[in-house]
Amino acid sequence: MARVLLFGRLSDLAGWRDREIESPFLSALRARLAADDPDLGEALAGPGVQVALDQVIVRGDAPLNARTEVAFLPPMSGG
Amino acid sequence: MIRLTFDPFDPGALLSEFSRGRTEVGAVATFTGIARAETGSTTTLELEAYPGFTEAQIGQIAGQAKVRFGLDDVLILHRVGRIAPGEPIVFVATAARHRREAFEACDFLMDYLKSKAPFWKKEHGPDGARWVEPRAQDHADIQRWDKETSK
Repeated sequence: MARVLLFGRLSDLAGWRDREIESPFLSALRARLAADDPDLGEALAGPGVQVALDQVIVRGDAPLNARTEVAFLPPMSGG
Repeated sequence: MIRLTFDPFDPGALLSEFSRGRTEVGAVATFTGIARAETGSTTTLELEAYPGFTEAQIGQIAGQAKVRFGLDDVLILHRVGRIAPGEPIVFVATAARHRREAFEACDFLMDYLKSKAPFWKKEHGPDGARWVEPRAQDHADIQRWDKETSK
């Protein structure tokens, strides 16, 4: 089971911030999330949303193992 | 050192601690960011981080700044959680042999923190809450440093 984390406006939109989801690939995980919640699916694919697997930013698709931490990161703003 | 804290902090005490015992360093520059209430409204900020990832990402940039500006040391303290207007939200201190490097490194680190560091900022105001994303100016600010690299 991958552990999915949502940050910022994404967790407000989804109504959750931490969920365990079984999926062999990041692309399949995105499809699954979009099927459950089309608004969230669209937001995750939106501009400026990055993905980190086990705290490393990735681009494109990637395999997930049973304990991968998948974080969706909307545009960042500190200070 | 990079640290996140849920608690208010005293920039003066941090500066004293950071400067203490430095005999090889001719310059310490600091920046303190303060949570601002827009036009008299009672806006509270709420900052979210990704524990572990946020410190690691800031640590990488602090490492780059140390090399680029030849710093002896860097301290970055950033608030998370709820922050009331007037409270310090971020503190950056840089130590270098000379002032120019210390000033520029502080400026560089703040530009990075504004638009690239893993924080998510929500404003709670009289009309409800909204997520704040970097402004065009913040993106322009960070791009200044790319241009200077390619010179």
